[in-house]
Amino acid sequence: MPEIETQQRLTYKQGSARKSAPGEASFESWGRYPSYKANIIPLHWQSDFPAAVRGIHDAVLPVGLGRSYGDVCLLDQGNLLPTPAMNRLISFDPETGLLTAEAGISLAQILDFSVPRGFFLPVTPGTKYVTLGGAIANDIHGKNHHVAGTFGRHVTEFELVRSDGTVLRCSPNENPEFYAMTIGGLGLTGLIRWATLRLKPIVSRKIDYEGIQFHGIDEFLYLTEASKEIEYTVSWVDCTSTGKNFCRGIFMQGDHSTRRDELKPSPEPKLVFPFNAPGFALNHVSVSAFNTLFFHKQMGKRQVALQDYEPFFYPLDKVLHWNRMYGKSGLLQFQYVIPWNNAREGTVAILKEVAKSGLASFLAVLKAFGDVPSPGVMSFPRPGITLALDFPIKPGKSFPLFERLADMTLEFGGRLYPAKDAAMTAAQFQAFYPEWRQLARFRDPLITSSFWERVTGEQPNL
Amino acid sequence: MSSNANHSSRKILVLGATSGIAEATCRIWASQGASLFLVARNAEKLAAVATDLRTRGASFVDTAVADLDDTEQHPALLAHAVNALTGLDVAYLAHGVLGDQTQAEQDFNTAAHILHTNLMAPVSLLTWLANFFVQRRAGTIAVLSSVAGDRGRKSNYVYGSSKAGLSAFLAGLRNRVDREGVTVLTIKPGPTKTAMTAGMKGAEKFADVDKVAASIVKAVDGRADSLYVPFQWQPIMFVIRHIPERVFKKLNL
Repeated sequence: MPEIETQQRLTYKQGSARKSAPGEASFESWGRYPSYKANIIPLHWQSDFPAAVRGIHDAVLPVGLGRSYGDVCLLDQGNLLPTPAMNRLISFDPETGLLTAEAGISLAQILDFSVPRGFFLPVTPGTKYVTLGGAIANDIHGKNHHVAGTFGRHVTEFELVRSDGTVLRCSPNENPEFYAMTIGGLGLTGLIRWATLRLKPIVSRKIDYEGIQFHGIDEFLYLTEASKEIEYTVSWVDCTSTGKNFCRGIFMQGDHSTRRDELKPSPEPKLVFPFNAPGFALNHVSVSAFNTLFFHKQMGKRQVALQDYEPFFYPLDKVLHWNRMYGKSGLLQFQYVIPWNNAREGTVAILKEVAKSGLASFLAVLKAFGDVPSPGVMSFPRPGITLALDFPIKPGKSFPLFERLADMTLEFGGRLYPAKDAAMTAAQFQAFYPEWRQLARFRDPLITSSFWERVTGEQPNL
Repeated sequence: MSSNANHSSRKILVLGATSGIAEATCRIWASQGASLFLVARNAEKLAAVATDLRTRGASFVDTAVADLDDTEQHPALLAHAVNALTGLDVAYLAHGVLGDQTQAEQDFNTAAHILHTNLMAPVSLLTWLANFFVQRRAGTIAVLSSVAGDRGRKSNYVYGSSKAGLSAFLAGLRNRVDREGVTVLTIKPGPTKTAMTAGMKGAEKFADVDKVAASIVKAVDGRADSLYVPFQWQPIMFVIRHIPERVFKKLNL
């Protein structure tokens, strides 16, 4: 383990009040870093919490499918409560599209049920393997943020259970503070037992897709402005290039096709990334080559297609465990949002810094957030530009770069996304999210995460 | 029922409906529009499963809370279910306990309880169901046994022997009722990700419960006699059954 990472790990450990080591199983987040042991207590039924943890005198954390990248879904030496077996449907109204389900249901399972009935998720991230509860806890966003806002905006109510057994029904009208603190509340306010989500009608599985090459940030901004009426927009950007190719990319946009079509369920994914790629597989040369290929994969400036929603929204879900591509040491994501007044300048500066560092990022995703407000107090999105970067962890290099990028984000008035973080410092987090003290007041006394302890130093009240 | 009968009209009785494999199987039947009668011990869990299946499109769902260890209740319970469903096409036995092997080694009562739940209670239910279906000269009985019944191993031979007894009983029953137009399906799942196996060592490598359920539905539709699921367990258990005893007894299984 390289020195800087070791130091950081030690700091986390010192912050931990837990001396016992109950954990035998390790639970990985999607970034596969950090690696912590925890005791795993799966929840199968709504009544399992808090019953299943009664008599346990150690911190707990409800977790979904572990698709967060860093340590928001980890609890070193504590008890993790995976919810995916708690995935039953409770009601569905085909008139209004309101679906009520237990919080461990995955978005994939929701789609399997709803698409053949002519309904789609109101907001979806780049993977369908996240739970309903996790989508609320991280207040996820999608390619339609500029028109639909975050996921939490479409959650009409949910039930929150505290570790002392208190059951709170939460909506904008009922327990509104808990509603506002739980959406984007990183799972810390209690266990979400079930939630009601408003689905939207579709008549086809297909997306009217258009891909447009752009060269430079100004072309990206122009395309963003020109596509305001289009429901889904996102860009892939080549972050390895400098000079005349700097900030080139492909702007992707689409709408649900309005031509009636057969609404079949999705087939099972077939490909599984079979092994941990060796550390040398991802380097600046290989990633640059990949990026160049990707850029030119699209022949010509424009490409128009009628595409199934699966490859449009979930291109990587086809390859289960694609995170193994980054090798054993794992990967880190870095996602910021910078408000409009500094968005252009900040994005250029950060992309330059990334290109200069020579650390490769396979997937750089650029998108403009809209101004539809989230009901969640701690919600990450705000109007401006967001950029998400993937990095394999490289000894001694990754963390210093992340710290620099986080400081730059702070200078430009932006902030980072906790769901994709394993590196920001406590000072950075508290500057990004001054609302954290409010969340601290609503936190369940038994629930915490390694992320929360790292960025606040707060311990559970056992 | 012919193999191309309309699924939506199928009337299915599920005993042990809150078990993980049973619940996953029922979800597929519900989405096909089947009528379901569900039996389980815990009222709250049973209600959650029933609500889920109704939402998924089952034509009809009714439930009964019962402890299937109480064999005296069986005739009345089964008659009530047939009445509620206005008939019966498939009976699916999925209740059972893994039990505590270590405790069963020390205490006969623990062993007897495992054998009662996994063998004696099914024998009672199967006797009634077989006679019911034979009288009608139609019907399918599908029963969850286990690969653990194929050979006794020190790590779970009490559970294993209950399933071995069950598998043997089913083989004999099949032999008896086949000519009467009744199908008996013995299902032998390998370790599957369910509440029963949660927290067990290596649980992340266990079979996906939805895939196991899909295979079961297919085997019921195809009127199969037996099913190893996932299918890899068939050759594995073939090998395990044929290891000579003088070698087997030295192994750590």
